[in-house]
Amino acid sequence: METMRVNQLTANDLPWKILYNASRCTLCGSCLATCSFRAIKAKVERRRMVFSEGDLPEPRARFSAVPVIRQGTSIRDYCRGCAMCEKVCPNDAIRPERNVDTRHPIVTRCLGGDSIKRGGRKNLEGTIRTLDTLRVGRISQMTDPSLDAQRHKFDLLAPFGRILPPGRLPFIAGTDQEMSLGELTPPVSWVYPVIIGDMSIGALSWRMWEAVAMATAYLNEECGLPVRMCSGEGGVPRRLLRSKYLKYMILQIASGHFGWNRIATSMPDMIEDPAGILIKIGQGAKPGDGGLLQAGKVAEHIQAIRGVPKADLLSPPNHQGLYSIEESVQKMFLSLNAAFKFRVPVAIKVAASATSVSVFNNLVRDPYNIVGGFFLDGIDGGTGAAHEVSLDHTGHPIVSKLRDCYLAAVTQGRQGQIPLWAAGGLGKTGDLAADAFKMICLGANGVFTGKLILQMAGCVGNDMGRCNACNTGLCPAGITTQEPQLVRRLDPDRVAQNIVNYYLAMDQELKKLMAPIGNSTLPVGRADALVSTDRAIAERLKIQHVC
Amino acid sequence: MCRIGAIKSLNYVHPSMALQLMQSQQKGHDNSGFAMVMQDLGGIFEPYKKLPTLSMACTSEGIKLAEDILHEIGFHRIMQWSPEVNDKPGLDINAMPHYVFETFNYPRSYKKASQKEKEELLLDTRLRLRRVLEKDEEGFVYSFWPDLLTLKEIGDPRDIGTYFNLWKANTTFTAKVITAQCRQNTNYDIVRYAAHPFHLQGYTALANGENTFYLKNKEYQQQLHRGYIGFESDSQCFLYTLHYVHRELGWPLSYYKHVVTPLPFEEIDARQDRKQLLAIRQSLAHLEINGPNTIIGMLPDNSLFTCCDAKKLRPVVVGYDSETVVISSEVCGINEVLPDRNWENDIYPNEREIVVINDELEVQRWKQ
Repeated sequence: METMRVNQLTANDLPWKILYNASRCTLCGSCLATCSFRAIKAKVERRRMVFSEGDLPEPRARFSAVPVIRQGTSIRDYCRGCAMCEKVCPNDAIRPERNVDTRHPIVTRCLGGDSIKRGGRKNLEGTIRTLDTLRVGRISQMTDPSLDAQRHKFDLLAPFGRILPPGRLPFIAGTDQEMSLGELTPPVSWVYPVIIGDMSIGALSWRMWEAVAMATAYLNEECGLPVRMCSGEGGVPRRLLRSKYLKYMILQIASGHFGWNRIATSMPDMIEDPAGILIKIGQGAKPGDGGLLQAGKVAEHIQAIRGVPKADLLSPPNHQGLYSIEESVQKMFLSLNAAFKFRVPVAIKVAASATSVSVFNNLVRDPYNIVGGFFLDGIDGGTGAAHEVSLDHTGHPIVSKLRDCYLAAVTQGRQGQIPLWAAGGLGKTGDLAADAFKMICLGANGVFTGKLILQMAGCVGNDMGRCNACNTGLCPAGITTQEPQLVRRLDPDRVAQNIVNYYLAMDQELKKLMAPIGNSTLPVGRADALVSTDRAIAERLKIQHVC
Repeated sequence: MCRIGAIKSLNYVHPSMALQLMQSQQKGHDNSGFAMVMQDLGGIFEPYKKLPTLSMACTSEGIKLAEDILHEIGFHRIMQWSPEVNDKPGLDINAMPHYVFETFNYPRSYKKASQKEKEELLLDTRLRLRRVLEKDEEGFVYSFWPDLLTLKEIGDPRDIGTYFNLWKANTTFTAKVITAQCRQNTNYDIVRYAAHPFHLQGYTALANGENTFYLKNKEYQQQLHRGYIGFESDSQCFLYTLHYVHRELGWPLSYYKHVVTPLPFEEIDARQDRKQLLAIRQSLAHLEINGPNTIIGMLPDNSLFTCCDAKKLRPVVVGYDSETVVISSEVCGINEVLPDRNWENDIYPNEREIVVINDELEVQRWKQ
């Protein structure tokens, strides 16, 4: 007998198993056409049926060839659990099922000799989220009445830009109790406290990126919500750079400087200033690691926007030439401030880290007053491709780090001077208003979100390993791919509509949280409005413990 | 709930008028205390307008400790007055053994000092006295400032009035401006320091309401100035912001309202002075107040003002005749002390105005 081949890959070694019911299958082929990962195949099986027709048993066999669907067993083309097959099957004949016995992390490394890469999902699953132990527990009543979320006016805006200490405002006293500003002050814009986080063209399909840009413009022009969107590090279409809608875009520059050639050459044609510049130093999902756009996703239009050949595009882990905080402030900030003649706020994005407070302290003490925002990105977020080991084992949660930065500012009496923006798994439960509100009470001026935007668009990935194939260029929802046939699955109008509706819902929900605590402006730093059911968290965040 | 009141007159008035003003509003407060600050003093204090008067409630040991410190710094006492107390049984008052009002001459070394230097000395001295006396609760130092005195006590305001013989007017203990409030801070621990009016370097504030941005205000203010301490009441924040905006930053009083209740962004955007207003709103975001409240403030130049929260959630009314202006939480208080005024002239300030009464008793309404 032939020796059993132990190391041959079978479906049971993979993270998902395809459950297929041949008796329900109409052989329409929809699942095959849909599976972008080529994880299922059409195959003909030889079947043997034994039967007996007479009064006495006279077994006879009949052989037939039956077309069926079978799961592939390649470590390249394997099922990611996206369940698009289930979605298109008219007869419920097929679906993936999570395989608890998977040997994928081992066999992939053994067979590939390369690190595992995937899209950004998960990190802190298995524990109760810190934010879920918090409640808005200080309710106004009696002599300090709640407000009416429907009737009262609320100022739901957050600053983006460097804010001067009051003593440094260049006021000149005039006659008749009037003061005027004597000289220019750093640019500050007041924007909606939930910024659409930095996801690049390249990481996103052009339809997805355009849908987000459309939603942003609609929210501003039609809904009166001054929502800003960050371009991500991948450039901006020239059409947008020359349009009036540029004023809603925060342009990102990261260590790869991708897309900046085109931005720089478009400057003479800009009719509006961008909303801001965000210098990305690090990101929370894979701190210490640069962005990674695999060659498969570097389509022609991406090559054009970024000015690169078709190759793996790696942003270096570090900005070359910046070796100190002072230098990053002086060189990078000054040059980007100067590029737009000091009219556009320039902010910095860093990964949450054990050292974030030191970085923040340095920036908030900078005497030039040019750092216009501290974007702090925690673990548990992330949308792009990265090495799995980075996604799973590096990073720092956002909540305590944001609180530490705020309290560092309080110690110095400098709260609010560099606006704090936080991200990293916010809205993970689908309820961004609650997460944003709690972060604001802990000291954030606002939050930014990326992953949730993808989920609004129809992303089926989750934190338990479902899909997470953003790195492959084979996104089954057409969101993180540049394959034309996949991108066409995405209806940009519908995506924009979903995002707009989500924002409108969130806006109402934020008011429903502000009204009970009696605040008509954002309660930045009002930690007294929060309570925690967890004593350790309450102590760590310096809020009231309740039980 | 607090009830607050203030009287400003061209003539010296006795605190009995303040008691009457507050007594008629008795149903609106809880009779848990009485506190007042008198400024522009008459009677026995009139000859010493330039010299600081210490207002203190203390034990005998407290007097000794305080006088030792003042002596060490070089202050010379030139006048001392204690109210004659009527300690009849049955009064609802939690009295301290001594109430001290002492006027001092500045130390000799300050003979040529500037006004500002003297003012800083007075603050430092008061803070030091407070710190030393606080340890064993030997006393409470409410104010140490020229032409101003403070009296605070826990108990029923009527009985406090009786205890200090304040119900019967006389000419020895008078002032042209009196601010008063009739409630201890019952939200938190009963602490004498928690009762408003609060005073700091010539600025006095009292409030009827709640400041839901208390924590934001406090965390910001405690780094701004050494005098911003205590925070036993959320209403102290109103005083510290007034002091910071008007004295430390040197901004005109009209900007106080823009700091505590800034205009909504939409309205700022429609204004000609939007750049200034936005800069103020940005830089002083942590001094904004939320919640329902009415503030009465008194400035070093004896002017008086009142303003409300941005949604006008607490009442206040200003009534006046040719010689006296009265600010009160409820109009019944004004009816009591100015029964013959033309009530049609009464002002019910809206959420976007400050009513200011200058030293000539001119009443101005400033729209924010």
